[in-house]
Amino acid sequence: MQTIRTLKKPLFKILLGACLASALLCSLTQAEPPNARSLKGLIRIDGSSTVYPITEAVAEEFGKEYPRVRVTVGISGTGGGFKRFTIGETDISDASRPIKGKENDNAVANSIEFVEVPVAYDGLSIVVNKQNDWCDSLSVDDLKRIFLDGTSVNTWQDLRPEWPPVPIKIYAPGTDSGTFDYFKEVIAGKTGAIRSDMSVSEDDNVLVRGVSGDKGGIGFFGCAYYFENRDKLKAVAINGVLPQPDTIETGVYSPFSRPLFIYVSTKSLDRPEVAAFVEYYLQHGPALAQEVGYVKLPQDVYNIASENIKNRRTGTQFLTSNGDKVSGSLTQVYK
Amino acid sequence: MTSATTQPSIPTARIGVARSVKKRAAKNYFFVTLCIISTWASVAILLVLLAAIVYMGYEHLDWNFLQNAPSRKPELAGIKPALFGSVCIAVVCTFFTLPIGVGTAVLLEEFKPKKPFIAKLHNLIQINISNLAGVPSIVYGILGLTAFVQMFGAFGNPMDPAFELGTRENWYYIQIPFGRGILAGGLTLMLVVLPVVIVSAQEALRAVPYSLREGGLALGASKWQAVSKIVLPAAVPGIMTGAILAISRAIGEAAPILVIAGIVYITFTPEHLMDDFTAMPLQIYDWAGRPQEEFHKVAATGIIVLLSVLLSMNTLAVYTRQKFQKQLQ
Repeated sequence: MQTIRTLKKPLFKILLGACLASALLCSLTQAEPPNARSLKGLIRIDGSSTVYPITEAVAEEFGKEYPRVRVTVGISGTGGGFKRFTIGETDISDASRPIKGKENDNAVANSIEFVEVPVAYDGLSIVVNKQNDWCDSLSVDDLKRIFLDGTSVNTWQDLRPEWPPVPIKIYAPGTDSGTFDYFKEVIAGKTGAIRSDMSVSEDDNVLVRGVSGDKGGIGFFGCAYYFENRDKLKAVAINGVLPQPDTIETGVYSPFSRPLFIYVSTKSLDRPEVAAFVEYYLQHGPALAQEVGYVKLPQDVYNIASENIKNRRTGTQFLTSNGDKVSGSLTQVYK
Repeated sequence: MTSATTQPSIPTARIGVARSVKKRAAKNYFFVTLCIISTWASVAILLVLLAAIVYMGYEHLDWNFLQNAPSRKPELAGIKPALFGSVCIAVVCTFFTLPIGVGTAVLLEEFKPKKPFIAKLHNLIQINISNLAGVPSIVYGILGLTAFVQMFGAFGNPMDPAFELGTRENWYYIQIPFGRGILAGGLTLMLVVLPVVIVSAQEALRAVPYSLREGGLALGASKWQAVSKIVLPAAVPGIMTGAILAISRAIGEAAPILVIAGIVYITFTPEHLMDDFTAMPLQIYDWAGRPQEEFHKVAATGIIVLLSVLLSMNTLAVYTRQKFQKQLQ
């Protein structure tokens, strides 16, 4: 009876509550080791859906070591990601191509400075049907004859007289994707156009199904989709080189080894959680990239990227100071 | 016609009648069969779809799937943040859709203006609402992005809001402009479903017999009293059914959420109205596009969860309708 009466007194209630709360706080602070685990904050990442699996893997592992840092990763596409990045909406932007001059201008206009970090290679794979026993290797010129707008090549026989007259059916990724952009630039250059009578899909799995069900089919997409579907598809060697992790990494598989990037805003990099994330990305990114089907870069490139982060070397290495495009492979640009 | 052809004195005509009856019976039989086939076809398609998805997805369906965040490993991938995100935006959507939708319907249906100019305006609004019901949801997504996420840029950048209540740590945190959070997502879905809710609520109000209104008015009730005490309660089952079906549709929308949130990797569940989120359709879309076959199975598991949520909402709709109908009787 007595205890119940005391419980009803407001002062006692408040004291009891305070005691409980402080006990809870104590236990919480004790459960937290003082170092990395106490780091918290929100890191917003958006951009290319090609780079997404790597960033997701890094974010997942990073989350185990830094459980209080919240990381979100979006898939708005390289262009969509840069749109948000250059107005300061995101901390990091995934990109399957270097930043374009216009996007760079936007960043400058909004006084967003960034460090460019190459994270992995994606080997664009040209694939044909398993039953296609005639075509093992193609040159870039052959690809031009197949893919350029206004071409007269409609069957495999048109390409080489000794090949069978099976009609060529093309399966290509969406014309807005970075993959298509890259392929177009290699095959058609700045001004040319790719033929329009192709089966186009945003979903690369549809392309896999298309080529594997069509004897005369040919298609192209990121190597991750080829590596997963080796039993259904046959990769075509380009100038005699097949897309394999080692040929892509060393750049022998040319010109279809394309680099993937993350762009980190320097304003965000000043926050400890973002700095920790980028460091983690460079350390564990290569192994994780391979795990999700991409190819790691030569170690030198990672070292240069780390240096760039440390020294806050801002801007893209793919544009000169007056906005001209720098051409050449990644290892030529990053040296 | 029958009296002329059933004359017993013309036997050839009788044969003709027998033929014509047979023919018509055959036609009748044919038509009924056609109806049965088409009914069963839709059921069969649904069954095949469900069977295929359950067959693909049952493997990953366990408690962990509901508790885990997305992962690069299919066996660890879960739908918890997306499930919570979907439920949260559905709640926000319902909270705003019901009063606005029902209010609009009551105005359009019960308080029809008499002045010619306002009557024209009334008609114009009516036609526009019917038209809006057919607009693709991606368009609303882009509208929501400008109107709710950025607020036309009138209050600065979402990252540097003009008004803030509390900090991101508080559960009641609010900022203006809303940014890419739960509130903006829910309001955008509201735009998607509002026309449907208004039209269905109007139908429900129209179905209330006019005698009920007249009875109320005859007893001296004002128009508002008649509407609020007699017409609305009688229309509740219909309104609720329409609303819950519309919100079920909202839960299944991917396109507007892709524009508003765009996130597919997120490990936490939303804690306040401005918090980042993702929704189930977006998560499923991402899994289905992965190169690994195993992830396609995870996508199927996600679809099972999504369908269960939808099914339970539809069950709720049926239950509500039954309950209110009983009360009225």
